[in-house]
Amino acid sequence: MAFFFAQFLTGLANASSLFLVASGLSLIFGVTRIVNFAHGSFYMLGAFVGITLMNVLPGTVGFWGAILLTGLAVGAIGAFVEMVVLRPIYRAPELFQLVATFGVILVIQDLALMIWGAQDRMGPRAPGLRGVWRIFGEPVPKYDLVMIAITPFILFALWYLITKTRVGVLVRAATQDREMVGALGVNQAWLFTGVFALGSALAGWGGALQLPKGGADLLMDFNIIGSVFVVVVIGGMGSLPGAFIAAVLISVLNVFGVTYLPQSTLVLMFVVMAVVLIIRPYGLLGREEVAGEHGQVGAPETPIRPYGRLGQTLVGVLLLALVALPLVVDQFMLILLIDMVVFALFAASLHFILGTGGLVSFGHAAFFGGGAYAAALLVYHLNTPMEIAFLFAPFAAGLLALGIGWFCIRLSGVYFAMLTLAFSQLVWSMAYQWRGLTRGDDGLVNIWPSSWLSDTIPFYYFTLAFGIGGILVLRHIIHAPFGYALRAGRDSPRQAEAMGIHVKRIQHTAFGLAGLMAGLAGGIFVFSKGSVFPTELEIGASFDALIVVFLGGVKTLAGGVVGAGFLTVIEDWLTRLEYWRLLLGLVIIAVVIIAPEGIVGTLRSRWAKLRGHNEEVVK
Amino acid sequence: MTEILRVENLKKSYDGFLAVNGVSFAVQQGELKALIGPNGAGKSTCFNMLMGQLKPTAGQVFLDGENITGKQPRDIWRKGVGRTFQITGTYQSMTVIENVQMALMSHHRKLFAMRPRAWKLFRGEAFEFLETVSMADQADRPCSILAYGDLKRLELAIALTHRPRLLLMDEPTAGMAPSARIALMQLVADIVQDQGVSVLFTEHDMDVVFAHAHHIMVLNRGALIADGSAAQVRNNPQVQDVYLGGGTLFKEAQDA
Repeated sequence: MAFFFAQFLTGLANASSLFLVASGLSLIFGVTRIVNFAHGSFYMLGAFVGITLMNVLPGTVGFWGAILLTGLAVGAIGAFVEMVVLRPIYRAPELFQLVATFGVILVIQDLALMIWGAQDRMGPRAPGLRGVWRIFGEPVPKYDLVMIAITPFILFALWYLITKTRVGVLVRAATQDREMVGALGVNQAWLFTGVFALGSALAGWGGALQLPKGGADLLMDFNIIGSVFVVVVIGGMGSLPGAFIAAVLISVLNVFGVTYLPQSTLVLMFVVMAVVLIIRPYGLLGREEVAGEHGQVGAPETPIRPYGRLGQTLVGVLLLALVALPLVVDQFMLILLIDMVVFALFAASLHFILGTGGLVSFGHAAFFGGGAYAAALLVYHLNTPMEIAFLFAPFAAGLLALGIGWFCIRLSGVYFAMLTLAFSQLVWSMAYQWRGLTRGDDGLVNIWPSSWLSDTIPFYYFTLAFGIGGILVLRHIIHAPFGYALRAGRDSPRQAEAMGIHVKRIQHTAFGLAGLMAGLAGGIFVFSKGSVFPTELEIGASFDALIVVFLGGVKTLAGGVVGAGFLTVIEDWLTRLEYWRLLLGLVIIAVVIIAPEGIVGTLRSRWAKLRGHNEEVVK
Repeated sequence: MTEILRVENLKKSYDGFLAVNGVSFAVQQGELKALIGPNGAGKSTCFNMLMGQLKPTAGQVFLDGENITGKQPRDIWRKGVGRTFQITGTYQSMTVIENVQMALMSHHRKLFAMRPRAWKLFRGEAFEFLETVSMADQADRPCSILAYGDLKRLELAIALTHRPRLLLMDEPTAGMAPSARIALMQLVADIVQDQGVSVLFTEHDMDVVFAHAHHIMVLNRGALIADGSAAQVRNNPQVQDVYLGGGTLFKEAQDA
C-alpha cells in the first residue's frame, strides 16, 4: 500500500510539468486556432536554457531564479516566432499554420544542436531538496513533493488569469469569436502574440522545472509532444482544469504502467485517449469544437474542373518523360524517382481525405506503414510470392482504415485528428513491441521483389504503373459523383444530410479508400527498399505527408503530388549537409510565407491574375 | 383535401426550458401555410424537429400518415420532404448548377458511383430547375460569389429536385430586397399551384405572409396561439397582443 502511494506521488510530480506544457498548448490553440507542433520545442528550449542559467546563477535563489528567467526567455522566443513566422500567415487556410510550426521544430532542433551539442545533459539537483523524505516508509524525492505542492498554485494562477482579469476576458472572448473581438477594437495581433508568448513561457517553465528529475536532450521535443496533445485532448481543448485532470491521469497511469505492464507504456496513453474520445467525443471537460468553425479564413475553394487540353497535354508530356527517363538517367536518379512516386501516392491518398473530404488525419502513416508491414509479414513468415504479398498490402491497409475509421469518423476537427493519431500510435507500438511477429525495431528485412522486377529499371516501371495509376484513380474518383458527395459533406454537412447524403458513410468509405491507396504506396515502398521498420509508422511519417499536402496546396487537386515531388527533391539536396534540418525548416517556413495557398494554389492564383480571369473572384 | 403533414403535441426542452411546448397542427395537400411568431418563438426549433435535425423531447410527426418522428434528415428527405434553411448552406466549392446536380445525384442514388465526369450527370435536368427559379444565366458561376438573394433562389431550386410532396422553408426571403421577396414567394405560390406541393414556411415579412399564405399559424413562446385564415389571425386578440402589445407593429417586424 505504501509503495502504491509512493508510485502515485511520483505520477503526480510528473504531472506538473506535463500540465504546464499542455496548458500552454491549450491556450495557444484556443485563441489562435494554431495546432502548434513546435510546442515541444519550446519545452526542450526551456530545459536547455534552464541548465545554462542554473550553471551561471548560484544557490537556491539562483536555481529558482533561473527557472523563472527561463520561462521569460522562452516566452520571448515564442513571441519572436509568432511575429516573424505565424503573423504573416493567419489568413492562410485553416490548419496551414501547423506546417510552419513544423518548420520551426526543425530550425530549433538544429539551433539547439549547434548551441548545446548532441550530448544529453543531466539536470542539476535543486539546492536544499536533494534527498528523500520517507512517506509510510517509502522514499519519495523531496523535489517531487515540492512539484506536487507547486502545481495547484500554477493551476490557480492560470485559472485566475483567465477567468478574473481583463486580459483573461479578452482571451476567452477571442477563443469564442476572434473576429468580434477585433471588431470591438482589440488589437488582435498583440493579443495573439501575447498568448503565444504566454503559452511558450509555460512550456519553457515545464522544461526547466523537470530538470532535476530528467535533464535535457535533443529528443525531448518529439517525446513530449505526443503526450501533450493527448493531455489537451483528453482534458478537452481549451479547458485548464481538464488539462490538469488529464495530466494527472496520464502521468499516474504511466508510472503504474512502467511498474506492472512495461510492454504497454508506449500505447497506454493513446488507449486511454481513444477510450475517452469514444465515450466523450470532446474530451472530459471540453465543449463541442470544430476546427474551421470560428472565422474560417482564406478564399473558398474554386470549383474543380478536369484539366483542359493544355493541362492534359502537359500531364501527358510529363508521363512520357517519366517513361522515357531510364534511357537517359542513372540508377540513383531512378531510385530517387521511385521514392518520389511512392511518396506522391501516399500524399495523394492523404490529400483525398484531407482536401476533398475535409478530414484532417494525423495518423495516415498507419496505412502506409500498415500496407508495407502487411506485405512484409507475408513474405517474411509465410514466404508468400511477392505478387500476392504486394496485392495484400492495399487490401490489408484498406481494411485497417475501415476499422479505424469506424471509430474516428464520428468525431470531427481536431478531435478527429487526435483520434487518428492515437490509432496510428497503437499500430506503431504493435510493430515496435510485438517482437515475435514484427521483430520490433530490427525491422523485417530481405523483402525483395520477384526476379523479373529485381533490376531497378523494371521496378521503376512497376512503380510508375501502380503509383501513377493510383494517383490517377484517386483523381478520377474526385471527379466522380462519389467525390462530389464527399465534397458536399465537407462544404456543408447539414445541407448534405438534408438532401439524402449519408455524410458519415461517405466519409467512412473515403477513409477506407484513402487507406487502401496509402497501403498501395506502402506495398511499393517495402519492395523497393527490401525492408520495413517501425519508423514508417511513426508520428513523423504522418506529419511528413501532412506537410507535403499543405505545402503543395490543400485546395488544389495536384497539391499532394506536387508537394511530394518538391519535398523529396529538397530533402535529397539538403540531407547531404550537416545542418540540413535548419535549412529544411527555413525552406518550409519560407514557402509557407511566400505561398500561403500552397505551391499549386499560389501558382494558380498568379496565373489567373496574369490572364485577367480573376474578375469573378473580385466581384 | 388530404393531410400531408400532421404534428401532434410536439415538445422540445433544453435543460428544462421548453422551447417548443406542445405544438399540434396539420398541413393539407397543396396548401401554402405560414408559421409566424416573434424572434425566439420556437419556429426554427419546430422546423428542425420536423426535418429531423433535432430530436423532439415529446410528440409525434406524421408524413402522409407515416410516423417520421426522430428519423434522420436524409431519410425524411427520401420520403419526399424538401427543406431550405434560414442561413443558406450551399456547397461553396461547387458551381451553381453543380449544387443542383449534387441533389439530383442523390435523388437518382448515384452517390457511391465511382464513374467520372460527375459534372455532366443530370446537367440538362439541373438546368431546368435553375430556369424555374430564373437562375439559369448564372449556372456556371462559382457558388461562393453569389449574392445572398440568389443563394436563396438556388436553395429553392435544390429543394425542388426530388419533386417533394412537402417543402419546409425557413425564412425563405430573409436578407432579400423587398421586391425580390414578393417575387420569390410568388414563385413558390406558382409551384404550389402547378405541382401540388405543400409548403410550410416561416417568415418575418408580414406583407409576404398575408399576400401569399393560405393559412397562418402564430407561435409565441413555444406554443401555438392561432391557426387559421389571414383574416382570422389578423383579428385574433392574442395575436394582436403579441405583436401590437409587445410594441412591435407588423410593418416593423420586417427586418427583425
